[in-house]
Amino acid sequence: MSSLPAAIQVDRLTRQYKGFVAVDHITFRVESGEVFGFLGPNGAGKTTTVNMLCTLLRPDFGAALVAGYDVEKQKAQVRKSIGIIFQDPSLDDRLTARENLRFHGIIYKVPRKQLPARIDQALDWMELKDRADDLVRNFSGGMKRRLEIARGLLHAPKVLFLDEPTIGLDPQTRNRIWEYLLKLRREHQISLFMTTHYMDEAEYCDRIAIIDRGTIIALGTPQELKVHVRNDIIDLRTSDDARAVQEIKERYGIEARADREGLQFEAANGAEFIPQLVRELSVRVESASVSRPTLDDVFLKLTGKKIRDAEASGREKLKTTVRRMGRRWR
Amino acid sequence: MAIIDFPCIYMVWLRDTIRYFREKSQLYGSIMRPILWLFILGIGLRGSFQVSDHLTYTQFIFPGIVAMTVIFTSIQSAVTIIWDREFGFLKEILVAPVPRTSIAIGKCLSGTTLSLIQAGIIMFLSPFVHVKIHWVSLVPLVFVVMITSFALTGVGVLIASRMSSFQGFGTIMNFVIMPMWFLSGAMFPPKDLPVWLNALVRLNPLTYGVDLMRHLLIDVNYYSPVFEVSFLFVFSAVIVALAVFSFSRSR
Repeated sequence: MSSLPAAIQVDRLTRQYKGFVAVDHITFRVESGEVFGFLGPNGAGKTTTVNMLCTLLRPDFGAALVAGYDVEKQKAQVRKSIGIIFQDPSLDDRLTARENLRFHGIIYKVPRKQLPARIDQALDWMELKDRADDLVRNFSGGMKRRLEIARGLLHAPKVLFLDEPTIGLDPQTRNRIWEYLLKLRREHQISLFMTTHYMDEAEYCDRIAIIDRGTIIALGTPQELKVHVRNDIIDLRTSDDARAVQEIKERYGIEARADREGLQFEAANGAEFIPQLVRELSVRVESASVSRPTLDDVFLKLTGKKIRDAEASGREKLKTTVRRMGRRWR
Repeated sequence: MAIIDFPCIYMVWLRDTIRYFREKSQLYGSIMRPILWLFILGIGLRGSFQVSDHLTYTQFIFPGIVAMTVIFTSIQSAVTIIWDREFGFLKEILVAPVPRTSIAIGKCLSGTTLSLIQAGIIMFLSPFVHVKIHWVSLVPLVFVVMITSFALTGVGVLIASRMSSFQGFGTIMNFVIMPMWFLSGAMFPPKDLPVWLNALVRLNPLTYGVDLMRHLLIDVNYYSPVFEVSFLFVFSAVIVALAVFSFSRSR
């Protein structure tokens, strides 16, 4: 453990909604300067956790310290020490980028004399300087996200919370946001706590907690978590997948999963196992591939489901539709 | 956290003011509405209603039209809280290290400021309806507009803190703005009324705002100005306190 005080220290934190336990006795610690990821499907309890750590939601049980302050008893100090990028946009799109930052600086008590320089620095840093005096409503999704990150950093917080920072952005923009976040981590003394349900993004984190149905089911570095899936992953396409599954079980004692894309299973040494399979199986092997486990495989192994399948898509879609309608009426 | 946080109040106020001057549609709409009422309805009804020997109907309703501008602007300004909640910006303020009370106070002050500007614009219509504004009455007029709109913005914040956007501005329009305005005696003299109607008129704070403006603009009044000012003071203190409390408890 580091000798520096923890950025976040959480002890048995719990929150219920009408009998439904959204977050169930979670305990973890985020070190100073660390990039910590909360990985899980929608509805796993990620946003509820963030809201409790940001003092927006009162825990039902347990305790949490953020930047050394108690989230229940020292709300004001916690709030001064953190920056937040919410999952949903929270900019005033009728104001310019500079005005959004200025108002943030005013309520966070950034000294008046320092404010203009800090705003310029934040805009420069997120490469928004040439659009500083444009209305935010004319910005693209990626630019809005960058502006929110710039705003979250304006008051020099110790911990930056990012709730699904790249949700709804195209892959290119997602990569760009990540470049900024990694640069941020290199150049500043700041801890990042982020939630995501993109497996590939979780690999950027120093440590990851995998959360499912309100509990942490695994916690460690990406490498440590991959140990849960020690073997190689073999993907196979055959002339008769059902029969192949049966034969693999009978011959080698390995449980394979079959779906429309073929079948998948784990094996200790994939590269050597494939030629053997081709020789010994009675069905014809059409294609075979070996890969090292990803966090996707870890999630699948730990929860028995793919992260994409766990998405609550229906409700999310309704929410965005309604929001879009509201915008038109304004 | 303290209750009064001046930078926060200033920020909420400044933001609303900037948005007001940027969004011309609200400005034009709030000029158009009084013009329709004053020149079309007022002139249309002028032949049928004679309030007194030396007053035309358009002169009589002019203070009521100013009051209409005040109530629309105040409540419209307060219910932007609902939009801010829906479009996420409210979250940015709510998570900042500022007391919610100051956010609500800032809203009440910006509503008051915008009402004053809007009422000021309507005052320029006075020569067209032969209402002469004496310079001595300017300071009390500003005061009356401010205390009235402060109270009404408080009403707006109280409602907005308890409402979701889906219930919408239409509900507020039909159940708050229009009843309050009709019951203020803006369009008819508040005398010789049935008991039930008189009771509703007397309970309405806008009645006293209208009557005070009438007193200052056309030298007609139905109630004692001292009573009216006291009523508005007490009402706005109570309602703004309730609004601030309600907003700070809202989700």
